[in-house]
Amino acid sequence: MKQTLFILTLIALTVAACVPAPSVGAITPPYVDTGIDPESWALIPAGEFPYGQHDHMTNVDYDYEMMVTDVTNEQYASFLNAALADGTVSKGEVDVEAGEQVWQEVGIYGYYPGDSFDGYKHEEEIKAGDKLFLPTQAEGVRLTETNGIFSSIPEYANHPVTMVTWFGANAYCEYYGWHLPTEIEWEKAARGTEMVNGYGFPFPWGGHIERNNANYYSSSDLFEKMFGKLGNTTPVGLYNGKTYDGYETLDSASPFGLYDMAGNVWQWMGDDYPDQHYRMLRGGSFYSYAVDLRVWKNNSAGPQYYSPQVGFRCAR
Amino acid sequence: MQTLTKRLDYLFRSTRGLTLVAIAVVSIITAIYGTLSGPMVEWGVRDITVNILGMKLLEAEREGRIIMLYHTIAMTILAIEIYFMTEILPMKSHEQVTINATMTSGYLMAVIFGLLFAYWGHNFTYHGLFLVGQSLVFFAGILFMAALWPWKKEYRLEKDSPYAHTKGGIDLERMAFFIMALAAIISASFGAVTGSFWGNGHETFLGEDLIRVPHKTYLQKAIIGHLHIMLTLVAVGITLIVGRWMKFKGILQKIAMPLMVIGVIGTTTGALSVVWLEWAHTIIYVGSTFIMLAALMYVIYTWDLLIKEGTAGIEKPTFLQKVGALLKDPLKFGPGWQMVFMNFTVSGVGIFMAVKLDEIFRVWPHREERITLTGHWHILAALIATIILMYYADLSGLKGKVRKWFGWLLIIMSDIAFASATIFSMKRLFVDEINQQGAVNTLMLLMDLGLGIILVTLAIFLLWRLYDLFQEKGYWFKEFAAEKRLNAEAELIEQKRKMEELNAILKETSE
Repeated sequence: MKQTLFILTLIALTVAACVPAPSVGAITPPYVDTGIDPESWALIPAGEFPYGQHDHMTNVDYDYEMMVTDVTNEQYASFLNAALADGTVSKGEVDVEAGEQVWQEVGIYGYYPGDSFDGYKHEEEIKAGDKLFLPTQAEGVRLTETNGIFSSIPEYANHPVTMVTWFGANAYCEYYGWHLPTEIEWEKAARGTEMVNGYGFPFPWGGHIERNNANYYSSSDLFEKMFGKLGNTTPVGLYNGKTYDGYETLDSASPFGLYDMAGNVWQWMGDDYPDQHYRMLRGGSFYSYAVDLRVWKNNSAGPQYYSPQVGFRCAR
Repeated sequence: MQTLTKRLDYLFRSTRGLTLVAIAVVSIITAIYGTLSGPMVEWGVRDITVNILGMKLLEAEREGRIIMLYHTIAMTILAIEIYFMTEILPMKSHEQVTINATMTSGYLMAVIFGLLFAYWGHNFTYHGLFLVGQSLVFFAGILFMAALWPWKKEYRLEKDSPYAHTKGGIDLERMAFFIMALAAIISASFGAVTGSFWGNGHETFLGEDLIRVPHKTYLQKAIIGHLHIMLTLVAVGITLIVGRWMKFKGILQKIAMPLMVIGVIGTTTGALSVVWLEWAHTIIYVGSTFIMLAALMYVIYTWDLLIKEGTAGIEKPTFLQKVGALLKDPLKFGPGWQMVFMNFTVSGVGIFMAVKLDEIFRVWPHREERITLTGHWHILAALIATIILMYYADLSGLKGKVRKWFGWLLIIMSDIAFASATIFSMKRLFVDEINQQGAVNTLMLLMDLGLGIILVTLAIFLLWRLYDLFQEKGYWFKEFAAEKRLNAEAELIEQKRKMEELNAILKETSE
């Protein structure tokens, strides 16, 4: 009898956990205005800063600016409309190459001149040609197309654009004469130059992370009740000290005033390293544990990769 | 006072007592440090642990802390294996005492001072004492090899022995233990050399963070080789130990032991030559195939033995009766089963990753590849731990229903947890990234449930052992008495042998 009860409890727990959880694409969250302008830029002055986990003092000998927030769905929709109109990008079926696989996807694509290739072990060749920027028919895309004009799903207008490949992110920045930040540019903008007790900042706002500092796995953010612990993207600049419908945030801007440099979405970096060609991702996402939000942690993927947890911002 | 002395005598001068202390040490480490990650962070338990214990956790030092933690657990597991081996392998009594004493002082120093250094501020006295502890463990390994020395005359086997041996009578099982220890000593040196450059051109890193870095330094490669081979050697160690436990002999053992010796030499050579050889992985694949074949021989032998013993009274046992006999004793069935299960969750995953690396895993983001890698070696480490517990539970004399519950909970719950972890790490093969919430919920729950029940079972077992220590003549007393008797008998045999040897010398010199 006791054995039966034990086994039944196990089965019940398992079944309870198997109840279908909402996917990130299945429900739409309410629109939340954060008051942070996605069109704004922050100046990062030239000078040294502690780089990487071991705080190597690294000099960036030029001033540069970086977007205060990630590029939003609304901004990316505007880009697509402009670039489609002037023929910079196209729409339709395109080959996607990843490792030894090639498949076709429908979406927005454009030309990329390719990377130098040395045939190193596991090096992936990125050839010149048309590359997928955004798979328009994939689940999780927050852009819709009506009569050839792209627009954001209204509730997601100020969320970071996701499902964009590195090619798509790079094309966005280049279209406006900007560039994707290098890892060094990004990290300096994220952690600043200050050293406390011999260490640079591990998070954009300082030394410790609280649940209401950023959007990460099981951070109990505004939307986790709707989407479960994996969560979803949050509007850019949400963590600015304001309270939204009872949800209090901490002001989590970096020392240079950038938001979402930890959590929300991974951000594509501009570097192309020889002998590998993976593109780096920084910042962690709503899907990451807090340890992966530390400013020096990176992730990487092929430039053809797109994901509901990957976005970008530009530098100039 | 005498009450305390007797207990301390048991805990620090008997194999079962020493093992009990070491298992308790690992359990305490697991209980405390398990609260610093995973769901415990979500539930806020981490903050409570950190505040109560006054830990100093700086974000930049996390990787270093984890490395120290791995080392303290590894030292303790090595100690447990050494205790088992010094008991089951013929050696002189004073050798056993010296090895165990050196090992015990070493691992305890490494654990205490390693954790103090890592989690309570960087006092470099602690770091120095941590290194002293590790050096003692290393020295215990050297003593162990000296005691094992398979070429000694007294440990040679008869020509008709059912155990694997050379024409000259060298015991190949003993040789396998010896080679395993030698490989561990060499591999530890690789780790030590690299560690000595720490803060002097070498920086702390976790191996899984570097998998996509195309050009690694020699020191980084040395560490990667070291960590892989050490875990493999611990697995080889427990395989040999349970082989001894199950009296592995006959034709399968005679095939298995040479395979094990060649496999350990090959795999170790491959793992360490990663530093300078491009094709080192090929050597590793060949070597590990030999080791896995040796383990397969063990599984076939023990399962056949369990079936034969369990159906001894039946003239023509049916299939179901054979299965019943096989599953009758989970503690004896378990080690072989966990080795088979390991093929699905560790070796299988590793081979699949190697074959499909460019096609699948390098197409995924680094984070996902990393989860699969860390998942499969954590599972191997945990499977080894379950086998150690099965053997120790048998040594502890668990019987009847308690034995069955303990054994089956260990097997079923660990397999549920590890199978879930394996599926979790490969979930992209089955579920789109955008629809993973359901899979994540279920798999995380199963992992937590499986591991949680194992830890609770272990806690109950240890509490029972603790309670027993307060009994005047509890199990500890009987175990200690039995062990002392065995040791005394062995010593008598040794003394007789020595006496015969001395008499022979006297006779020879008086002529």
